[in-house]
Amino acid sequence: MTHRNLALVVVQRIGAGALEAFEVSGRTALFAIDAFLSILRPPWHLAELGKQLIRIGYFSLPVVGLTAIFIGAALAINIYTGGARFNAEQFVPQIVVLGITRELGPVVAGLMVAGRVSAGIAAEIGTMRVTEQIDALRTLSANPMNYLIAPRVAATMIVLPLLTLIADVIGVAGGYAVGVTTLDFSGPVYLRNTSDFLEAGDVAIGLWKALVFGFIIAVMGAYHGFHSAGGARGVGRATTNAVVSAAVLILAANYMITTLVVK
Amino acid sequence: MSVIPSRLELSGVEKSFGTKRVLSGVDISVAPGKSLVIIGGSGTGKSVTLKCALGLIKPDAGRILVDGRNIERLRGKDRDTTLARFGMLFQGAALFDSLTVWENVAFRLLNKNRMKRAAARDKAIATLAAVRLPADVGRLYPSELSGGMQKRVALARAIAADPDILFFDEPTTGLDPITADAINDLIIARTRALGATAVSITHDLASARKIADEVAMLHEGRIIWRGPPSALDQSGDPRVDQFVHGRADGPIQPAL
Repeated sequence: MTHRNLALVVVQRIGAGALEAFEVSGRTALFAIDAFLSILRPPWHLAELGKQLIRIGYFSLPVVGLTAIFIGAALAINIYTGGARFNAEQFVPQIVVLGITRELGPVVAGLMVAGRVSAGIAAEIGTMRVTEQIDALRTLSANPMNYLIAPRVAATMIVLPLLTLIADVIGVAGGYAVGVTTLDFSGPVYLRNTSDFLEAGDVAIGLWKALVFGFIIAVMGAYHGFHSAGGARGVGRATTNAVVSAAVLILAANYMITTLVVK
Repeated sequence: MSVIPSRLELSGVEKSFGTKRVLSGVDISVAPGKSLVIIGGSGTGKSVTLKCALGLIKPDAGRILVDGRNIERLRGKDRDTTLARFGMLFQGAALFDSLTVWENVAFRLLNKNRMKRAAARDKAIATLAAVRLPADVGRLYPSELSGGMQKRVALARAIAADPDILFFDEPTTGLDPITADAINDLIIARTRALGATAVSITHDLASARKIADEVAMLHEGRIIWRGPPSALDQSGDPRVDQFVHGRADGPIQPAL
């Protein structure tokens, strides 16, 4: 093979890769828009929504609570150690509550729910795809967007802010526990500093983020499941892709929202 | 050509996936109340033909007519009412595994027709009885049933909302001969009871001979032969002959 041919092959590969990337992101975006509109458009399958609220929300509580408590505790220790270098260790309560409500609460809840729920949605919808259940839905006059995807997207968007609120409380409690047991803070002072410093806006930003993350989680699960093909292996691939893409998009969206609100 | 207007007609239907041409001009027509069985080897486009007819796959070219009306041109309510006339039995049953058997059977009644649960359950149980399943099966989940029972439930689900065009995708595949024959009997009985038109695809010739008024053979994306089941043995077409007698040697290369 000559050098010119080789160069041509390289350019072709890069071009084909770029085209495919554009195609996939375009298709994902269209799917996301369709999924969003399907939440607003009747018929609403409320029984299905109820089921999903319990499956996605209630059963995510333990994993979100457990991770939040450890994150809050570790955060408190780090802030204390870092702060001690310039005599600022007394700010642990304030920085913990800020870090948890604005960043770590929604991000940790989002990532944990992404692991559980994106994968679950992708596996379930993917299996329904490969066993022709999605075709069956359509032959029974049910629109899969309305019946399958809208309830899952709506449920995840409803529960993730609630889970984030819980993660906020438990995360702060984790910081408090470490603060009073090992860092020599007095309990009442820690709590007073936390509540005096916290503004409603900090919590609100976290909740807005959670709303967006909830959408990302459900749509990534649904998209990869809906487009899976090729039996068990295809479903496995859909599950992995759903979790990975949801996690990356959550972190990217988190950065963008933070930049937008903190100018 | 026949004087009776077709209930369902596919004309010049073409479909490719990427560079692979699956259907290259399929023409079929079924008169009201008749049963057409499409036979053909694996990978000859039988499933794709059925999915085009059902509107699950959009053909690249050609028309699909129901009572002379092109279903692709139908919009909104017209399209809904036409698609509601269809019932489909999937090869793998395709039951919804998160719903109980009776909720599966009553799916369209509950979700589309917005029937009350009690009434829908009664209708589901009556439909289960029509496919010879006892009422208490209704409370089970699809995964708790045998393959033959799942097929029966799937048949019940396909007929529960009284469709008048029924599609059967490999209805007897994967069943023992006795269960398969029971499914054939049920298909005939239920299709007659509804006065429905039926289109089935299969490679099970015993089933084809039993349920068909007319058989059509699909090969390389085209219908190459059609006739009554009694003519299958004297088709005069070496490809049909090879298929009917199940020989690996002949004009058709086995799909390996």
